[in-house]
Amino acid sequence: MNTLTLDKLKIGSNGIIKKINNLGSIRRRLFDIGLIEGTKVKSVLTSPGKDPIAYFIRGCLIAIRNEDAKKIEVEECE
Amino acid sequence: MNKKIALAGNPNVGKSTVFNALTGLKQHTGNWAGKTVENAMGKLTYQNQDYQIYDLPGTYSLISHSLEEEIAKNFICFEQPDVIVVVCDAVCLERNLNLVLQILEISKKVIICVNLLDEAKKKNIYVDLKKLSQILNVEVVGTSARSKQGLDELVKKIAFFKNKSTYEIKYPPLIEESISKLIPFIECENLNPRWVALKIIENDEKTINLIEKYLNKNLITPNIESKVNDIKNNLLENDILTNEINDIVVTNIVNEANKIANKVVTFKDQNYNSKDHKIDKILTSKWLGIPIMLMLLMVIFWLTIKGANKPSEILFNFLFYISDKLEIFLNFIHLPYIFIDVIINGVYKVLAWVVSVMLPPMAIFFPLFTILEDLGYLPRIAFNLDKYFHKCLSCGKQALTMCMGFGCNAVGVTGARIIDSKRERLLAIITNSLVPCNGRFPTLIAIISMFLVVGSSSLLSSLILTLVILFSILMTLLVTKILSHTILKGQPSSFTLELPPYRRPQIIKVIIRSIFERSIFVLGRAVMIAMPAGLIIWLLANIGTPSILSICTNFLDPFAHIFGMDGVILMAFILGFPANEIVIPLMIMGYMSLGSITDITDLTVLKNLFLANNWTIITALCVMTFSLIHWPCSTTCLTIKKETKSLKWTMVSILIPTIIGFICCFLINMIGHIFM
Repeated sequence: MNTLTLDKLKIGSNGIIKKINNLGSIRRRLFDIGLIEGTKVKSVLTSPGKDPIAYFIRGCLIAIRNEDAKKIEVEECE
Repeated sequence: MNKKIALAGNPNVGKSTVFNALTGLKQHTGNWAGKTVENAMGKLTYQNQDYQIYDLPGTYSLISHSLEEEIAKNFICFEQPDVIVVVCDAVCLERNLNLVLQILEISKKVIICVNLLDEAKKKNIYVDLKKLSQILNVEVVGTSARSKQGLDELVKKIAFFKNKSTYEIKYPPLIEESISKLIPFIECENLNPRWVALKIIENDEKTINLIEKYLNKNLITPNIESKVNDIKNNLLENDILTNEINDIVVTNIVNEANKIANKVVTFKDQNYNSKDHKIDKILTSKWLGIPIMLMLLMVIFWLTIKGANKPSEILFNFLFYISDKLEIFLNFIHLPYIFIDVIINGVYKVLAWVVSVMLPPMAIFFPLFTILEDLGYLPRIAFNLDKYFHKCLSCGKQALTMCMGFGCNAVGVTGARIIDSKRERLLAIITNSLVPCNGRFPTLIAIISMFLVVGSSSLLSSLILTLVILFSILMTLLVTKILSHTILKGQPSSFTLELPPYRRPQIIKVIIRSIFERSIFVLGRAVMIAMPAGLIIWLLANIGTPSILSICTNFLDPFAHIFGMDGVILMAFILGFPANEIVIPLMIMGYMSLGSITDITDLTVLKNLFLANNWTIITALCVMTFSLIHWPCSTTCLTIKKETKSLKWTMVSILIPTIIGFICCFLINMIGHIFM
């Protein structure tokens, strides 16, 4: 299986979170919205400037900046 | 005895709608996360029992220490509410259960209100309320608060509440073991010892400090400290570091919420949000996203300008017809001429100007803007613009507060609480008055249609107004960037932004409410502020020879001319400090009392009045620019003081736009004179 960082996940494809390397408040914010290791995410929307990207996470659409998404490892899946 | 009821829940799940329905209050609701930023309290009486209902700020969880979360957590932990109603969104119940589980750790007096059932049904999502109730051993009520369904049952469940939940979330054995080791040593009165023990093991200093403050004693006694050390060593032996405990706990809660959701929620249509996604694909697309945003803005302006024309004319004719009759009447009762002059030319006419010229555009723009907000478009604007704010070392949520500023700058300043980082919050507050509020739009519209548009093309006027707004957005970005490199240095903080599902706005309700509430508000302000201001202008114009007004305006004149304006204009801006919508009426009064024209029978004559006072296109541009960029109105200043709790930052928020406004006007004036 293909492991990459969340920001590189293609629009429309799904992934499983493998590791969250963010620290501090953003780490807790990600936990808040239910983003933990093992969570299934789908990359859904890019903003006009290609940053941030919005992901479908546990039934909600959440925008995360690429510099934060870069620290999240994800495994592409069906 | 009043009973205390708390309404908790994720942001944007309709807590405020439930609150309004229960209390009959009219807390403003909007389709974006973070609308309620402080506890609102309302009352409910049911079967002779009084209830105080508290609407807590929306939070995703109780672990991330943001401002709104602290407010909610403090209330739940330390105010000892009799019942906590956790309002959940049926459409994404799983994430909402996260918060339910966290609250259940703190208090067992919980009722779950699964709201937005109607919306879920439309998306073919079904929630088994009975099963949820069984699993958590909690009372569950299903509601659709917007259509008031299920609220009676909710009130009943609140009134007859007695069934405290017995549900406890189970952690991995090592953590459970550690908790039970610690519990016997914890004395914490009304708090759940299991929760307090967990916080101690997690080493959550912030929460521990709050608990200690509440209990007014030291929680970590030497006895407990040695126990904690034992526990930590034991965990270390099993390869669990203290800073990992929090991760384990959170993961456990999220997984538990997932398990419960899988048992109670059925999705009959896996692609339930495909329609939203299709709309989003267009509204945030690379090429169309920003043009569509500007187009929408332009349409709103066009509707405002076009729609305001007729009512403006009718109100104008009516109010000035009354003015004549009033004058005849006052003469008839033999009031001395000087009083008639004060009443008619001082007080009444300013009021009539505000009502006829300023009120109609405000009463139209505001509901249109509210509909856009209810629809859920504002977070998309933040999403579209985040990159640009990021480049200016700020965050996209500033775009959201900026949009709120279009309605009212004071609201925009308060709304800045949704921004976590203090530095970015200050940026949003200081730059908020750079976008024109509802009270300044009519000024801009009036000047555009008088000086920049030949004939009366509403379309061209709205196009120009859109460009003006584009300019103010660019100024916001520029000033943000400059501030980020000077007095508010720092790196942009990380952020997550929720894009809520689109909701159909309750159009009729919004229009009726906005028109009535907004109009009454503006009328009230007109009476409170425009009338005294009119009185002051009249007194200034009529006391002494030469009059105080001409002394003042003559004094301001040379200074104002450097910036392409004149003494009367600057005076009007100064006297307009309490409310921006009186600036133009004050200019008119100023010019009229200086004796240029005595009677205005028609809105078009206004232009001649300005022309007679040497207005040129440069003057018009400078007045527009200064109206756009100058000190915030008094209400906004007070709000800034309240929000920043700092005189320094309030002064900065006043000085920065003022200085920039003068600089811009100076440049326009200079460049204008080179070409003309």
